[in-house]
Amino acid sequence: MAKWTPLWLHKLSSPPVFYGFAGKLRPWAIALALILGIAALYGGLVLAPPDYQQGDDYRIIFIHVPCAWMSLFIYGVMGIAAFIALVWRIKLAEVVAMASAPIGASFTFITLVTGSLWGERMWGTWWTWDARLTSELVLLFLYLGVIALYHSFEDRRQGARTAAFLALIGIINVPIVHFSVNWWNTLHQGSTIRLLGPSSIAPSMIWPLLTMMAATKFYYFASLFGRARADLLSLESGKDWVRQIAENEVRR
Amino acid sequence: MNPTRQRRLTLIIAVLVAVTVAAALVVYALQQNMNYLFTPTQVQAGDATRYKNFRLGGMVKAGSIQRSNDSLKVTFTVVDAAGAMPVEYTGILPDLFREDQSVIATGHMDGARFVATEVLAKHDETYMPQELKDAMAKAHEGKHIDESATPDKQQL
Repeated sequence: MAKWTPLWLHKLSSPPVFYGFAGKLRPWAIALALILGIAALYGGLVLAPPDYQQGDDYRIIFIHVPCAWMSLFIYGVMGIAAFIALVWRIKLAEVVAMASAPIGASFTFITLVTGSLWGERMWGTWWTWDARLTSELVLLFLYLGVIALYHSFEDRRQGARTAAFLALIGIINVPIVHFSVNWWNTLHQGSTIRLLGPSSIAPSMIWPLLTMMAATKFYYFASLFGRARADLLSLESGKDWVRQIAENEVRR
Repeated sequence: MNPTRQRRLTLIIAVLVAVTVAAALVVYALQQNMNYLFTPTQVQAGDATRYKNFRLGGMVKAGSIQRSNDSLKVTFTVVDAAGAMPVEYTGILPDLFREDQSVIATGHMDGARFVATEVLAKHDETYMPQELKDAMAKAHEGKHIDESATPDKQQL
């Protein structure tokens, strides 16, 4: 490990330390995801007023948009982990990248399904080959490709590194999905929430959206921690620290 | 950093740069010829002549919607900042279809008319309750700004 990485980060990348750390944080992440998710659903489906144009139909936004954000965010995490895995061959980075793929694929799938339902009601079509929809579909295929490639190798570490390469190359699709609505004439509307400049959504509608965004993030971390812990145990099954955990389990 | 890692890092960065350049060129090229839709101005300028079927996008002109009494036939005018195009459509329109709404019609030219086989409604990225919309409309009335006339994010 290079000298410029802080010691705590170096320590955290060791499987037994991360195993303990993730195990401690996971219940908190699950609790926060549940509480925030329920609050956001109540806020979005009950408290928020109907839209002037779309009436109650717009409420699917509280699922659709947070899932779409997560589909891109998780790909970003997976891409960075893949990069670290390829250059430094850190086992934890491989595990994080590979554990993220199914979660990201699920969020992408939910985005496509909810978008399709919304599109049928508002636009008048389930699907159209516009740039935003098509690039999001490509994102789903990239996730599925990463998962398939990972599982097509006998040696899991070799599979992880090969799939990490695909994940890394596919990261180019993330800005394309995000900016597709600006670069091309699309049926899909532009971004409602902007980091720079005012968002074009009323305050009574924005808070459930942002709450759901936080809830999906916590859900991702909870799910990632669970998957990574299981993967670490099976990858390191011969090591002392795993044997110790197994012995403790038996004794209990 | 040891030489092996250095080499891997260089290789991966080189691959990433290559992929980014390739993607940027593809995006640039597609911007030239992957138009999801043509605006009335573009159609009248002859941009769409090489397509038999294409999509026409724009705003439904206020007061231009005429429904037939004995069939599902509807005629309306789609406008953008500079052009206007009469459209004919037979079928069921989406719920959002109304005056001053962005629509995307798929079809072909028949003389100066556009005959649509599908009409989709496009909505913008603004969400607000009805009361806020009314309040804003009231505030705008004094200034004679027709909100619906402001072009969409897409260059209509």
